[in-house]
Amino acid sequence: MEIFDVFLLEAVLNGLLFGGVLALLALGLNLVFGVIDVVWICYAELMMIGMYTVYFLYTVYKLPLIVAFAAGILVVSVCGVLLHVLVIRPVLNTEPINQLLVTGGVLFFLQAAATLAFGVQFRNLGLSLPSLELGEIFLPYSRIYAALTALVAMVVLYLFLKKTYLGTAIRAISQDRQIMPLMGVSPGRIYVITSAIGGGLAGLGACLLVLQYDVHPAIGLTFGPITFLICVLGGLGNMVGGFVAAFIFAQFISVGGFLLHIEWGYVMAFVFFIVMMFIRPQGLLGGKQ
Amino acid sequence: MRRAAPWIAVAALAAVPLLGIGKYPLHLLIMILLWSFVYTSWSLMGRFGLVSFGHGAFMGIGAYVVTMLWNHYGLTPWLGIPLGIALAVAVAVLIGYPCFRFRITGHYFALVTLALTEVARLVIVALRDQTGGSLGVTPKTALAGGESFSLYALQFADKAAFFYIALVCWLGALWVWRRVDRSMARYAMEAISQEEDAAASVGVNVTRTKLAITVLSAAMTALGGALYGQYQLYVNPDTVSGIGISLQIVFAVIAGGMYVQLGPTVGAVFTLLLAEGLRIAVGHDVHGLDTFIYGALLVIFIIYMPNGILGRILERWGRRGAAARAAAPAGSPG
Repeated sequence: MEIFDVFLLEAVLNGLLFGGVLALLALGLNLVFGVIDVVWICYAELMMIGMYTVYFLYTVYKLPLIVAFAAGILVVSVCGVLLHVLVIRPVLNTEPINQLLVTGGVLFFLQAAATLAFGVQFRNLGLSLPSLELGEIFLPYSRIYAALTALVAMVVLYLFLKKTYLGTAIRAISQDRQIMPLMGVSPGRIYVITSAIGGGLAGLGACLLVLQYDVHPAIGLTFGPITFLICVLGGLGNMVGGFVAAFIFAQFISVGGFLLHIEWGYVMAFVFFIVMMFIRPQGLLGGKQ
Repeated sequence: MRRAAPWIAVAALAAVPLLGIGKYPLHLLIMILLWSFVYTSWSLMGRFGLVSFGHGAFMGIGAYVVTMLWNHYGLTPWLGIPLGIALAVAVAVLIGYPCFRFRITGHYFALVTLALTEVARLVIVALRDQTGGSLGVTPKTALAGGESFSLYALQFADKAAFFYIALVCWLGALWVWRRVDRSMARYAMEAISQEEDAAASVGVNVTRTKLAITVLSAAMTALGGALYGQYQLYVNPDTVSGIGISLQIVFAVIAGGMYVQLGPTVGAVFTLLLAEGLRIAVGHDVHGLDTFIYGALLVIFIIYMPNGILGRILERWGRRGAAARAAAPAGSPG
């Protein structure tokens, strides 16, 4: 029984660390939704681009890991801007569902492009970071770094949104799209900047994931659905809600997966999501609709 | 002449297997008909703004319930299919009722159904001891003794039999579309898709109307999944359920045109011919080229042709027709 509890504790702690990464992934999507009112269904595929970038720069071109990470973030950030300018902007004033579907097309496109360019094999950095030992509990350093980085990124984003002029403008646009142009804020410019930040967050997520997971063309389908569901569960556009929801989801997956099997962990998380949608359709922390 | 044209077309189509066109073209036709059936079923909801990413779940339920009952209990698909449909309908109600009752629409509806489709796929994978997991499963053959068909097992060595089954289903779906199109429910649904509160205020039972169309669509999709499994004699969680299939359905329908009766069919023809054409032109070695082009086309379609191929063509004709009628002297039969 005692052994069992230690492993359960390990699952809970791993869930916490996993939650940190999921929270970061949800943050970028939430920011974009909150400001531009568009769901990037292909968000996880942007992350995949970042993972490939880091992988190739680090293993093939032998650049230092930190440079590869910076490049990964930059590349995905540019992809975010391109996505907005080329794909989202033309449908911004049509029916909202078109914006969802159009990014679905980008999902197919990027996934297939990765298959064409890199094949279907799984690739990893070949790094193996040690694990932190706490008595009988093993926590991989890659997860610890990932969770810490995610936390720092969230604090930085929070300060940026609260303390800077640009951040204030972004928050203002998300609150009232009609009024802000009259106040001298150009929504078009803010949208591009938000897309760059959202992409950058996806890129940062990619750097953290590539430490722990192999990259392959379908990786987006592993992380994409969870990320949207976390955002919706927290209330789309509500960053604090997304943060809380990420930890709840991670616990379901980690502990549920520990008690049964990893797929059942996901099934339980998704069923929990569906049930919560009926109880609190506005999201965990959302206000009244 | 105009009224007879569809019947002539159907008769011509029904005669195709008699012409001895070879297995491969017949296979393509069957796939087109089966997918057209599923796509048309999806559009029953999609055309009214109920964009569901959950149809992968309904297809998966149809395919797996039938195959599992047959493999583990030897239950004939003739009973398995109704049971699969019943389960799909139950799931549709379970998800649909609260969604519609609590006004979960648009993005939110799409994402809730996306969760549903992943739940279905993951449950299939997780029950790997029964379902074969992500490797998929083959329905036990009933033709081991060299029989050419088994009506009991709904298995046919001859493709022509399946061609007629698929043809009947597809015609059935078109008929259902037409019935919906000419019913009061259509006006109710159109009102709902514009403004739910206004629709409710003029006496439309919003929840019940949406639920009815959802149940109809889910039941037909489950039947499509079951038939797909019976025809391929192989089911795999990724080819009959999951987000990939759900997106494929949505894409094909958008490409063809979701607001016109034959739009989903045009979508099926277009996507299958594109995939097969590329496969023949480029070969098996290049993976992902068809999806690459699909993805790009999907983006282009939504930006430039939101009504789809057939929708666009009919729009053009309609405009030309309207111009011709306007030019013609008043009172002449149009």
